[in-house]
Amino acid sequence: MSESNSVGIVKAQVAHFNKPLTLQSGAVLPQYHLAYETYGELNASKTNAVLICHALSGNHHVAGRYAEDDKYPGWWDNLIGPGRPLDTNKFFVIGLNNLGGCHGSSGPSSVDPLTDRPYSATFPVVTVEDWVESQARLLDYLGIEQLAAVIGGSLGGMQALQWNIAFPERVRHAFVIASAPNLTAQNMAFNEVARQAIITDPEFYDGDYYNHGTVPRRGLRIARMLGHITYLSDDVMGEKFGRKLRHGELKYGFDVEFEMESYLRYQGDKFAGEFDANTYLRMTRALDYFDPAKAYAGDLSQALRKATAKFIVISFTTDWRFSPSRSREIVQALLDNALPVKYAEVTSAHGHDAFLMPDPHYHDIMRAYLEQVKV
Amino acid sequence: MKNANITNIRPDFALITNWVRAKTKVLDLGCGDGTLLTHLHETLDTTGYGVEKDDVNWLAALKNGVDVIQMNLEDGLSGFEDQSFDTVILSQTLQAMHNTETIVEEMLRVGREAIVTFPNFGYWRNRLQIATGNMPVSKTLPYQWYDTPNVHLCTIHDFDQFCINHHIQVIERKVITDGEDVHVLPNLMGNLAMYRLKTAGN
Repeated sequence: MSESNSVGIVKAQVAHFNKPLTLQSGAVLPQYHLAYETYGELNASKTNAVLICHALSGNHHVAGRYAEDDKYPGWWDNLIGPGRPLDTNKFFVIGLNNLGGCHGSSGPSSVDPLTDRPYSATFPVVTVEDWVESQARLLDYLGIEQLAAVIGGSLGGMQALQWNIAFPERVRHAFVIASAPNLTAQNMAFNEVARQAIITDPEFYDGDYYNHGTVPRRGLRIARMLGHITYLSDDVMGEKFGRKLRHGELKYGFDVEFEMESYLRYQGDKFAGEFDANTYLRMTRALDYFDPAKAYAGDLSQALRKATAKFIVISFTTDWRFSPSRSREIVQALLDNALPVKYAEVTSAHGHDAFLMPDPHYHDIMRAYLEQVKV
Repeated sequence: MKNANITNIRPDFALITNWVRAKTKVLDLGCGDGTLLTHLHETLDTTGYGVEKDDVNWLAALKNGVDVIQMNLEDGLSGFEDQSFDTVILSQTLQAMHNTETIVEEMLRVGREAIVTFPNFGYWRNRLQIATGNMPVSKTLPYQWYDTPNVHLCTIHDFDQFCINHHIQVIERKVITDGEDVHVLPNLMGNLAMYRLKTAGN
């Protein structure tokens, strides 16, 4: 399968770190590794690097395919490639799998070199702050002093924001997309239900399922089904499925009756087959904990007072999990600091998922902004 | 930023430039493609933001390098701090606003000064068209009655009274027709009114 403007066949790489990393919780990772991919070429002056921060279930495989016959490309492939909005003829794009992940970086399902067994439940809880710290070390490893841009959607947008708090001098442009300065109680509540589904699965074994030869599939499946409901808008679910019946008639039972159920079960099964439950717990916790304004009595403007980057904040009209009003809070804090900021509220029917969709206006915005980024 | 050609700039933009001081902070409401902000930045080294609701205009402003915030002015200016701009500009948009009083109040909350421009409904050509039994259609009011976005048209007299009633001080007023100053019978002879305002007593 050859596609125009694709980055083509890509290969994941792994960076090992032996300098201990003290986490926000106080726990220490004596050593760890990060899986990453890069697209495009780093220029001689190393000024064209763009870091992509992933969301809840993402990873370092952002664009391209590992093999010609891969069914799906990387998760943000529609954005990245030669001639695409994030043009790899201009930029050197880095994607990584965050710490605690399950796609190649150190995490609960990876082997602890000290014990030669999976970290399992002993892998510490990691935060957005920890991720950004480890991402900065990956940049050091790659010899990159400053990012042309950091880009993230949802939980990734929180990391983009945190970069400007922890390492303001290392970022020239920040893209905070479909994100929020912290989660609302309702938003955290969804995460708690998802975690409870996993933790109460009899096959979870307090997170030590690797050593019991089980997988808490049911819990993970329900967690993902719940997530998918919140990533879509009521309108788009209505449009996509409505009350369409799977078999054309009611069966008066509890198997799949409606198309919507079929979709959720498919998504749940697919996810449960490829994602690690302990990672899911940690990713949702990182979402819950992120609250940079907390240290400043709730004043986000104060939290961002050292930021120097130029910002673009984008929200989507039907996104109720990370609603436009939450993005406007970020914009307000940036305005308070008289920082350069552009804010777009993109009309979309796709809810939170919209940030991954190739909506023409959204991609025009990304392209137009990125064309102005000097490298 | 794009080069704004001074000779091609709208006459009211050229006059607004005279009311903005160099190196000050400007907020342009309904900034369109950002021409005015770009012009002010290039001629006066101003900084600031534009506000624009329309997708096409918003993107054009971004392409012109303007820091543009997409929001609806009818909702006010929440997100902008009190007195955080030297000048807040609303050019030829007032007449299309539903919440006219709110936006003017908000402009003077956020800015130390406000510049408001609008087509003068009292202009003789408008009066003539009314007298002959038609809604006015002209260069400054280019719409038919059924497709106009203008919901709150007013005359210079009306706006003067509005300022008195709302404790707004008129620092300067300029009335023009086709780019030329009008000094005699402005409410009759002028087709575009420009006001430089601040809160009375400040």
